[in-house]
Amino acid sequence: MTRWLLRGATAAVIAFLYTPITIIALYAFNAERIQVWPIRQFSAQWFGSAWDNPSVRDALALSIQVGLLSSVIAVLLGSLAAFAVHRFRFFGREVFSLALVLPIALPGIVTGLALNASARTAGISFSTFTIVLGHATFCIVVVYNNVVARLRRTSRNIEEASMDLGADTWQTFRYITFPVIRTAVLAGGLLAFALSFDEIVVTTFTAGTQETIPIWIFNHLRQANQRPIVNVVALILILLSTIPVYLASRLTTETGTAGRT
Amino acid sequence: MTATTTDSRLPPGSRRRRLLAGLYRRSRLQVLLLLAPPVGWFGVVYLGSLALLLVTAFWTFDSATGRVVQHWTLDNFRQLVEQPAFRTIAVRTLIFATAVTVVDALIAFPIAYYMAQVAGPRTRAILFMLCLLPLWASYLVRVYAWRVILAPNGPLDWALQRFGLGPAGLYPSELGAGIVFAYLWLPYMILPLYAGLERVPRSLLEASADLGARNAGTFRRIVLPLVLPALAAGSIFTFSLTLGDYITPGLVSNNQFIGNVVFEQQGVSGNLPLAAAFALVPVGIMAIYLFVARRLGAFEAL
Repeated sequence: MTRWLLRGATAAVIAFLYTPITIIALYAFNAERIQVWPIRQFSAQWFGSAWDNPSVRDALALSIQVGLLSSVIAVLLGSLAAFAVHRFRFFGREVFSLALVLPIALPGIVTGLALNASARTAGISFSTFTIVLGHATFCIVVVYNNVVARLRRTSRNIEEASMDLGADTWQTFRYITFPVIRTAVLAGGLLAFALSFDEIVVTTFTAGTQETIPIWIFNHLRQANQRPIVNVVALILILLSTIPVYLASRLTTETGTAGRT
Repeated sequence: MTATTTDSRLPPGSRRRRLLAGLYRRSRLQVLLLLAPPVGWFGVVYLGSLALLLVTAFWTFDSATGRVVQHWTLDNFRQLVEQPAFRTIAVRTLIFATAVTVVDALIAFPIAYYMAQVAGPRTRAILFMLCLLPLWASYLVRVYAWRVILAPNGPLDWALQRFGLGPAGLYPSELGAGIVFAYLWLPYMILPLYAGLERVPRSLLEASADLGARNAGTFRRIVLPLVLPALAAGSIFTFSLTLGDYITPGLVSNNQFIGNVVFEQQGVSGNLPLAAAFALVPVGIMAIYLFVARRLGAFEAL
C-alpha cells in the first residue's frame, strides 16, 4: 500500500519536472504564429527562421565564444587549485576550498553586482571580456570538484612507482597522472561550458548591451511576434546545456561528480 | 612504451631533470606555483569585487549628477530600514524563501525515500539522472515554460477546463511565482535528501516496526532525526536561490523581490550604493542560515 503511494508520488514528481520542458519542446514545432493549446498543426519551419535571424546568430556566436573561453580558463585554474588542495597542506587551505564555492553558493545577484561594481569603479567597459571574467569565476568550482574527486580516488602508488623507475616529475605527470585525470578534466570542462552557456543572472550585470543566448531569449520573450523563434531558441538552449552534462556523466561514470556544486 | 623511447634521449643529469628534481624537493615552491594563478584570479576578480561591493554600500549616491561619491555614510541602510516599500519587499522575499523550502521538502521526501529505500539499483540510477538533468536544462527556459503554461488559455487552463474547472488565473500572481520557485529548486532538495535517506540503515526501520512503532512513529523518531542534516543541506539551496532570484518574479508575477530592486537600482537609477546595500541583505541572511545549518551538520551531508 505505502509502496504504491510512494511509486505514484515518484511518478507525479518526475511528470512535474518534465512537463514544462516537454511543452516548450512541442511549441518549438508549432506551425502557427500564435500560441494556442493544444497545438493544432506541427511544422519545423521556425528552425529555419531562427537560423536566418541575425540577432540569434550573433547571440549564439557570443555564447559559444564565452563558453569556450570561460571553460578553458576554468579548466586551467580549477585543475591547478585541485592539485594544490589535494596534494599539499598549506595555510588557508580550508578557506581557499570554501572560497571557490562562494560564487555559486551566494545568490547570483551578489556575484553579479559585485563584478558590476568593480568593473565600473575600475573604469572597464562591459564587453565579452567582462562576461568571461564572471563566467570563468563561477565555472572554476565545477572543474575543481571533478578533478579533486578523481585525485582522491587515485592511489599515489603508481606515481611513486614511476618516479622510482627513473621518471622525472614532468614525465610522471605526462604519462601517469594526466592520463588518470584526463576524463575528469574534460568532464569538468564540459560542465563549465554548460554552466556558462545557460547563465543569465550574473551575465545581465556584466554583459552591457551584448546578448548571449539566454539574454536574447529574456529580451524577446515578451514580444508576441517573436514567440515562435523564442521557442526554437529555447529548445536549442536546453539541448546545448544538457548534452555536455550527459557526456560529462558518461566520462566520469560516477554520477555523483556531475552534480552542480 | 613511448615514454621511454621519446625521453630516453635525456641523460639522467640533464638541466630539465635537475630543475625538476630541485623543484620536487621544494614543496613550498610547488604549492606557490600551483596556487598563484587560481588564487590570483580569485583574489583579484572575485574576492576583490565582493570587498568592493561591501565598501560601495557605505558610499553616497549623488542623485543630481547620477554619480557615486566616495563619501562614507550609513544612509543606504537607513533607507532600507525606514522605507516601507523596501521593508515589504525584504519580508516578502524572506517569506517566499521559507515557504518554497518547506513545500520542496514535502514534495521531495516521498520520491527521495522511494529512490533510497524502495527502488532497485537500476531504477534508482535512472531516477537519479532524471532528477539531475532538469538542473542543467536551462533555468531561464524553465521559467519561460511556466509563463507559457500559466498564461490565460494556456495548457493549465486547458487542463482545468477538461475537468470542468474555471481558469486558474495564476498569471501574473504571487502564487504563480511561488509554484515556479518550488519547481525550479526541487531537484536541489531531492538529491541531498536521497543521499541522506540512502544512509539510513534498513535494519533500523525494521527494528522500529518490530518493536511496534507505526509508520508515523518510525518516521518521526527514526527517519527524521537521521535525515535532518540532509534536509538542512537541501534547504540551503532552495532558500538561498529564492532569496537572490529576480528573473522569476519579474516574468511570472507583478511583485518585486530583493533581486528586482537590486537590479533596478544599479541599472535604471544607477544608484549602485543602494543596490549594494540591498544585496548585502541576502548575504547577511545566508550567513546566519549557514551558521545554523552547520550546527545541524548540513555540511557533512553535502
